[in-house]
Amino acid sequence: MALEKEKAKEDTVVKIKVDHVCKCYEKNAAATENTKIRVKNISKQFEEEKKDLLFSDNINPDAVIGGDKSAYVLRDVNLEIREGEFHIFLGASGCGKSTLLNIIAGFLETTDGAVFLDGVPVTKPGPERGVVFQNADSSLFPWLSVKKNVEYGLKVKHVAKAERSKIAQECIDLVGLSGNEKKHPIELSGGMKQRVQIARSIASDPEILIMDEPFGALDAQTRRVLQDELIRIWKATGKTILFVTHDIQEAVYLGEKISIFSAAPDAQIVKQVEVPYDYPRELDNEAVSEFTRGVHEALDKAIYAHGREPVDKSNLTKTR
Amino acid sequence: MKKNFTKIGTYILKSSIVTWILLLLIWTLAAKYNTPDFLPNPKVTWDGFLEVLKKGVLWADIKISIQRVLLGFLRGALIAVPLGLLIGRFKVFKWLFEPFISFFRFVPAIGFLSLFLMWFGIGEESKLALITYAVIFPVTVNTIAGVAGIDPVKYQAAESLGASRLQSFLTVTIPGAVPNIFTGLRLGLSSAIISIVGAEMLAASEGLGYLIYTSRMYYRTDWIFVGIVVLGLIGFFADKLLRKVAAGAFRYYGVVDK
Ligand SMILES: Nc1ncnc2c1ncn2[C@@H]1O[C@H](COP(=O)(O)OP(=O)(O)OP(=O)(O)O)[C@@H](O)[C@H]1O
Ligand SMILES: [Mg+2]
Repeated sequence: MALEKEKAKEDTVVKIKVDHVCKCYEKNAAATENTKIRVKNISKQFEEEKKDLLFSDNINPDAVIGGDKSAYVLRDVNLEIREGEFHIFLGASGCGKSTLLNIIAGFLETTDGAVFLDGVPVTKPGPERGVVFQNADSSLFPWLSVKKNVEYGLKVKHVAKAERSKIAQECIDLVGLSGNEKKHPIELSGGMKQRVQIARSIASDPEILIMDEPFGALDAQTRRVLQDELIRIWKATGKTILFVTHDIQEAVYLGEKISIFSAAPDAQIVKQVEVPYDYPRELDNEAVSEFTRGVHEALDKAIYAHGREPVDKSNLTKTR
Repeated sequence: MKKNFTKIGTYILKSSIVTWILLLLIWTLAAKYNTPDFLPNPKVTWDGFLEVLKKGVLWADIKISIQRVLLGFLRGALIAVPLGLLIGRFKVFKWLFEPFISFFRFVPAIGFLSLFLMWFGIGEESKLALITYAVIFPVTVNTIAGVAGIDPVKYQAAESLGASRLQSFLTVTIPGAVPNIFTGLRLGLSSAIISIVGAEMLAASEGLGYLIYTSRMYYRTDWIFVGIVVLGLIGFFADKLLRKVAAGAFRYYGVVDK
C-alpha cells in the first residue's frame, strides 16, 4: 500500500518534469525532419541482472555491487540530434552523461524508453555508431600496430586487404599520424593514442561519432590542438558527433548545440543552447566569453534544478 | 674506473653468480658435518655425475625425461588453453567445466599415480597422462583469470567496430589473455617437471625420476643429488628459455621477461 502511494507520488513528479522538458523542446520541433538520433523517455536504473546468458558478459558491466537497485540515474530523458550536428553533453561529474552515451552506443540497456537511430530502435552496439572512449589505453588493442588497430573495423567486415590498407592509411593521414603506422599503442603519447582511436572509428565510416571526454586526460596544449583537429575532421567528413564533456569552454569551443544535464539522481536534460558562432571560435572574443558565462550560469542552474545540492557519486548506488 | 667497478659489481650480482656460490658454500659446509651417504658434498656429487655420465645412462635419462616433460606439457597446454578460454568467455562452459577444475585442481597428480598405471598400463601413456594432468590445472586456471581480466572496454570497442561475438572472441579474448596464459604455461612447465619424478618412480626403466628413485636402493646418495641438480637445471633453463621467447614474441601483448 505504502509502496503504491510512493509510486503515485513519483509519477506526478515525473509528469511535472516531463512538462518542463517538453517546453525546452518546443523551440526545436521544426528540426525533426533530419533527426539522426532520437532519445525517447529514457530512464535508467542500474541493477544487478545481466542481459546475456551465453557470454561471461564483460561488455555490459552495469551490475550493481551489493545487489540493490540503484536510484534512477536518468529519469525520462528526451533528445533529438540532427544529422551532421556537433552535439555536446554538458553536465556535472556523475550526472549520467556517460550513462546516456553508453545507452546510445548500445552498451547499456534502458530501464524505460528507447533510442532510435534513423527511426530504428537501438538494441546493441553497431559500426554505424563509432565510439571514441575516454581511456585510449583500455580501448586500443595493444597487440596491434597503429595501422592494424585502424584496420580492425574493416577487417571484421572482411574488406579486402588492399582496400583496407588504403582506407586505413587515409584515416591515419587524416588524424595526422602519418609515419607512425608501424608503432604500437604503448609507444605513443596520450594525444597520439586518442588520434588512433579517432582514426579507428572513422575508418569504419560510421554515421555518428560518439566521444566520451576524449581529451579529458590530455594537457591543455594537446587538448587545444586535438579540438581543432576534431573540428577539421568533422567538417571534412560531415559526420554527426556526440561529444561528452564537463568542460564548459570545450563545449562552447566545439559544439553547435549543447545539452545541459541536471544532477543525478533523476538527471535530465534541462536546457539546450545553440552556439551561434562560426568556426574556428575565439574563446577570448568578448561576445563568446559572454556566451560562455551564460552557459556557465545555465549549468549552475541545471545542477541545482531539483532544488538540492548535487549528490555525491558514492551515495547514488543505494536506493532511497 | 670506480664507475666500471660498480658496473661489474651489479653485473655479477644480477647474473646470480653470487647466489650460486653461496649455495655451494652452504652445501659444502653442511656436508662437512655429515657422512657422504647422508649428504654428499659438491665434489662427491660431481664425481658421481662423471660416473653416471661415463656409464652412459645419464644422457639417456635426461633425454627421455625431457621428452616426456615436453610431450606432456604440450598435450596439457593444448587442452588447457582452449578450455580456459572457453570457460572464461562462455557461461555454458563455465557452468559445465569449472566445478571439475575447482575440484580436481586440489588433487595432486601423484594421487592418481596408481590409478593411471592401472588405466593406462605401464607404458609411456600412463606417465604422459600424469604429466598432462599436472599441467592442465595451472594453465586452465590462469587462462580463465586472463580472460576475466580483459578490460570490458576492449569488447565494447570491438563490437562497436562491427565485430561479432565470435570475432571478438578471436580478436580480443585470445590476444588479451596472452600474458596470463603465459604465466599459466610457466607454472604448467614446472608442474610437468615436478611430476616427472613421480611418473618415473613406478614402472619406468629410465629417466631422471627413475635415477633418483633407484639410486636409493644402491645407497648412492650422490646419484640422487645428481638427479636433483640436473632436474633443477633443466627447469631453470627451460623457464628462462620460455620467458625469453615469450617476451620476444609477445612483447606487445603485455608479456614481460621479469
Ligand atoms: N554500474 C553502476 N552501478 C550503479 N550506479 C552507477 C553505475 N555506473 C554509474 N552509476 C551511477 O550513475 C551516475 C552517472 O554516472 P556516469 O558515469 O554516467 O556520470 P558522468 O556524467 O559520465 O560523470 P563524469 O563526468 O564523472 O564522467 C553516477 O552517479 C554513478 O554513481
Ligand atoms: Mg563519464
